[in-house]
Amino acid sequence: MSEDTTQNPTPAQAVLHVADLKGGYGQIQVLHGLDFYVNDGEIVVILGANGAGKTTTLRAISGMIATSGTVDLRGESIQGSKAPDIVRKGVAHVPQGRGTLNELSVEDNLRVGAFIRKDNEVDADMERWFDVYPVLRERRNQRAGSLSGGEQQMLAVSRALMSRPDLLLLDEPSLGLAPLIVKDLFDRFAEINKETGMTMLVVEQNAQLALAIADRGYVIESGEIAFDGPAAELLSDDKIRKSYLGV
Amino acid sequence: MDLFLNRVFDGLSNGATYALIALALVMIFKATTLINFAQGEFAMIGAFIVLVLATERGVPMWIAVILAMIIAGLGAAGIERTLIRPFDPADHLPLVIITLGLFLAINAIAGIVWRFDPRRFPELFPSGNALTIGSATLTWYTVGVVCTTLITASLLTLLLNKTKIGLAFRAVSSNLESSELVGVRVGPTLQFGWAIAAAVGALGAAVFVANPVLQLEPTIMIRVLIFAVSAAALGGLDSLWGAIIGGVAIGMVQSIVVPYTPIPNELALATAVIVLLLVLIFKPAGLLGTAAVERV
Repeated sequence: MSEDTTQNPTPAQAVLHVADLKGGYGQIQVLHGLDFYVNDGEIVVILGANGAGKTTTLRAISGMIATSGTVDLRGESIQGSKAPDIVRKGVAHVPQGRGTLNELSVEDNLRVGAFIRKDNEVDADMERWFDVYPVLRERRNQRAGSLSGGEQQMLAVSRALMSRPDLLLLDEPSLGLAPLIVKDLFDRFAEINKETGMTMLVVEQNAQLALAIADRGYVIESGEIAFDGPAAELLSDDKIRKSYLGV
Repeated sequence: MDLFLNRVFDGLSNGATYALIALALVMIFKATTLINFAQGEFAMIGAFIVLVLATERGVPMWIAVILAMIIAGLGAAGIERTLIRPFDPADHLPLVIITLGLFLAINAIAGIVWRFDPRRFPELFPSGNALTIGSATLTWYTVGVVCTTLITASLLTLLLNKTKIGLAFRAVSSNLESSELVGVRVGPTLQFGWAIAAAVGALGAAVFVANPVLQLEPTIMIRVLIFAVSAAALGGLDSLWGAIIGGVAIGMVQSIVVPYTPIPNELALATAVIVLLLVLIFKPAGLLGTAAVERV
């Protein structure tokens, strides 16, 4: 594990602070002790090859798998909590493959995203994300399963944002989408981050695009952090360019 | 012609009861993509509770029905918590075995408690005829059953589409993992589905045995369950209104097709299974079903 090249924050400053995170599926351990953090308002990207443990890392944070170690959200431990409780504490997770509720309408997908909320601003929030993704407004009464892949990704992100999270986890948003759509999607993430200060932890294989909008990045190899640093530094690092950027 | 009309009316009243039990099956299917084979037996217990409350405790009939629906719902919620939830929802075989076990156990327990001899069931609807055309008669019973079914389906539709728990229920039946990730507690949501299904089933059994030509006995719902399963499959296992259409269609097959064809009366039950088979071969998603079959 390399030294942090950025100034190390105290865990209390970080929205998310993860230390010695271990976890996996049944007998198979995938994560062998991860340490990383995400500061308020940052976009942090986790890069890695297939099977390195990227998706597992997000599932460990959002309570979808059993874990050990430290997972603190704004200084409060969420390690060991169940997924529905972790959402209530402020983590929204857009799963790999988008997790569209196919049989429900676009609007109901968004309403279910606001399931944990008890305020009466749900409709206003929905309009707000419709402004960001107007195509969803056009299709609000359509079955979500009938949307294209790109539209479903927009829906999945909006659904997650409807819970008004402190931290948004995005699992391979580019998966299965055409390059132009992916580019647009990532530009929109950067916009949302800039306008709302939404903190994002993005897992991606498309390192070039992800690093372009990220503040910092971590590279996972075999369930451990291999190196990390500011996004610009990672983009120009020879080792990373060869292994993950294909240049 | 009058005979034909009478058969249509018979088909309507039978079909409407099959539809009620089919509604219960659809609720469980939406929640778990399972057929609850014990649904008919839950319903039968509900009818016995109505009988006990009404005849032994003197509770007014419709209040007895509502109490029985609540008791059946609570019982099913308990069964869901203890016998269904501990098992992996994706692994259907153990769950099917459990519902079959429940079917046998509940039937036997009902036999021990209430014996297997048939009992008169008090009337739920006014006796007599609402409409007489020649020698064909539409009884108030038929009108009552059809109305009960339509009101139940409408209320269920409202419950699922207009309430928060309904939204959670539809979410869980669409995508379990995504539901958890937005904060829906899957266990209690499915339990709610089991409770509603059992309550609707109890109502179905009560209106079924309120038919003046029938009597209540522990085996009464076994036939009905088979018709209801075909009805639910015909309508599309995850569609409430499909269950209504399917129920009426199966009722009509039983009361119209059987008498006019050389199918012996003893094989009336088999026609339901034949319809089920044809649906599975030619239109596996049923008439109004959505992605039911992909998900099984």
